Amino acid sequence: MPTNEIAGSETTAAKAAAGAAWSGAAGGAHGGTSVSLRGLTRVFGATRALDEMSLEIAPGELVALLGPSGCGKTTALRIVAGFEFADSGEVLIDGRDVSGVPASRRDMGMVFQSYSLFPNMNALDNVAFGLRMRKVGGGDRRKRAAELLDMVGLAPQAGQYPHQLSGGQQQRVALARALAIEPRVLLLDEPLSALDAKVRLQLREQIRTLQQRLGTTTLFVTHDQEEALSMADRVGVMRAGKLEQVADPAGLYSRPATAFVAEFVGTMNRLPAELGSAASTVTVLGATVPAQPGGPDSGPVDALIRPEDLTVKAAEGGNGIVTNRTFLGAVTRVAVRLSGDTEVSVDVSSAVALEMAPGTAVQVSLPATPVLTAPRAS
Amino acid sequence: MAALTKDLGMATAPPPPASSRRRSVPVWRWVILLIAAVYFLLPLIAALRFAGFKAFGTVFTQQGFGSALWLSVRFAAVTWLVTMVLMIPTTVYIHLRLPGLRRLLEGITILPIVIPPVVLIIGVLQVMPLALRASVWMLPLEYVILAMPFAYRALDAGLRAIDVKTLTEASNSLGAGWLTTLWRVILPNLRTGVLSATILIVALVLGEFTMASLDLQQTFPVWIVLFDQFNAPMSVAASIFALLVTWFFLMLITVVATRQSRRTGGGEVTLFTVAPRETIGN
Repeated sequence: MPTNEIAGSETTAAKAAAGAAWSGAAGGAHGGTSVSLRGLTRVFGATRALDEMSLEIAPGELVALLGPSGCGKTTALRIVAGFEFADSGEVLIDGRDVSGVPASRRDMGMVFQSYSLFPNMNALDNVAFGLRMRKVGGGDRRKRAAELLDMVGLAPQAGQYPHQLSGGQQQRVALARALAIEPRVLLLDEPLSALDAKVRLQLREQIRTLQQRLGTTTLFVTHDQEEALSMADRVGVMRAGKLEQVADPAGLYSRPATAFVAEFVGTMNRLPAELGSAASTVTVLGATVPAQPGGPDSGPVDALIRPEDLTVKAAEGGNGIVTNRTFLGAVTRVAVRLSGDTEVSVDVSSAVALEMAPGTAVQVSLPATPVLTAPRAS
Repeated sequence: MAALTKDLGMATAPPPPASSRRRSVPVWRWVILLIAAVYFLLPLIAALRFAGFKAFGTVFTQQGFGSALWLSVRFAAVTWLVTMVLMIPTTVYIHLRLPGLRRLLEGITILPIVIPPVVLIIGVLQVMPLALRASVWMLPLEYVILAMPFAYRALDAGLRAIDVKTLTEASNSLGAGWLTTLWRVILPNLRTGVLSATILIVALVLGEFTMASLDLQQTFPVWIVLFDQFNAPMSVAASIFALLVTWFFLMLITVVATRQSRRTGGGEVTLFTVAPRETIGN
């Protein structure tokens, strides 16, 4: 087991000086690149991998595409990279259509999900490869590659071959290699999913820090909502080839536009509800609260409420019974069975949860804020 | 032989717990080894005795020896070059773009093994334009067809051991075109596959008799058979010499290739397989 994982993140701060010098050069060269995806459609056989997908990425922004596997997020990234082609729609980089430009001329740094370092080259030569393709002279090339390796905290590993590096180290070299060419756009295709949890967390922070320091416009594809929410300026949630919602992480979490987004991001309770006469109010748990606009107008509906938005207190003759408690640190998630056999999760502070042993009768109630509704799940 | 002893050694590596079994396994190992050794070495020893050691001193100066060997070596070189230029891009392309065709290609490449060389060469001699039929270089072109199955299999195994798609895309995204990617990224990582193919092609060309004799080319094997008619011991000495030279080069390539492959985390180079790269976890 390599020892450099921890050291890597510790040295990140120490490398700030080198990084800053580098960012000066990079920033001077490009000053941030904007990316627009317009009406991208891609059909594989009977499936529409992308369906009229559009997205604008501002210069220097990190946008994450989040969604279940098969939702089209990787196809979108690969179209931007030039490895796939859209059936219709266009990709604009700084306002210029790059549809006809081959991948090798697009100036995009890419980090792949699987380990992609060239096995026949050591770490330094891997990082220098893109510079070599740009005809940067030998001495200059090695110097810049060494700087990049230093920036990801892997200077001591410069002479090692990929098979001698751990998974986390390999992805850091891959990141350095992608950044070495001072790419107009950085593309990250689930770069952390092959790594173990601890390394993933460190690398996540390191990628974000570097990206912000260099101001490189970045498109990041992931199926891990925690990753997307913690790293991105904005997150686009995808489903069946379409973008369901694009918003900053806090907005996405607190004001999901659709039931799919609500349930894909974070934990969501579904409670049977009844629409009021004008569909602008909804009755849940005996209380009538405003319904968030955009929900269904009629028919049976569910209210979608986050565990931390519900409140629960021990009460004889309340509307539910505690069935389980899960200690999560500062908060404890309490599972309550309501009358009608609906299970809900409620987050309460762990101190309060102490008095809610399984079997305790409780009263669950909702906030007065507008709630999201969705057609009832059968 | 070397591969055989190695396999046996590895198969018995974990020591069985019972003492009776511990004793019985090495005994069997030696018995099998002995049978194999007798089977392979006895004809060689007999040939050596028949030829007599004196023949080895004079075999190199026999008329036609040098030119026949030189012709075979040139054929091997041309066959190798044409096979590699044809098969490397083809195999890589199939892996990258048409993986569905891999099975079909496997089927096609088995044909030269199934069709007897006699049929192949006679068919070719029937339909070839005279200019090519009269040329010395038609034979190596035929050898390319014979070598194709071995080359394809060796290259295919080599490509399976690396993630060609990701490596190619990584190289492209860093600004390398197709030729550069093939030359700087794929070929160096395909070295073990290429060397395996080389070994097989060289061994094939240096030993092929049927097609060469029907095409009236005096390659080394053809010369050995002809020479056998008026100086049998000398001819046997020549074939033993050829055997030793071939064996020496095969061992050299195997050892050198394995050493280089290990340096970059690759597997051992053997004649038919390329061991997959070690995959390193976190």
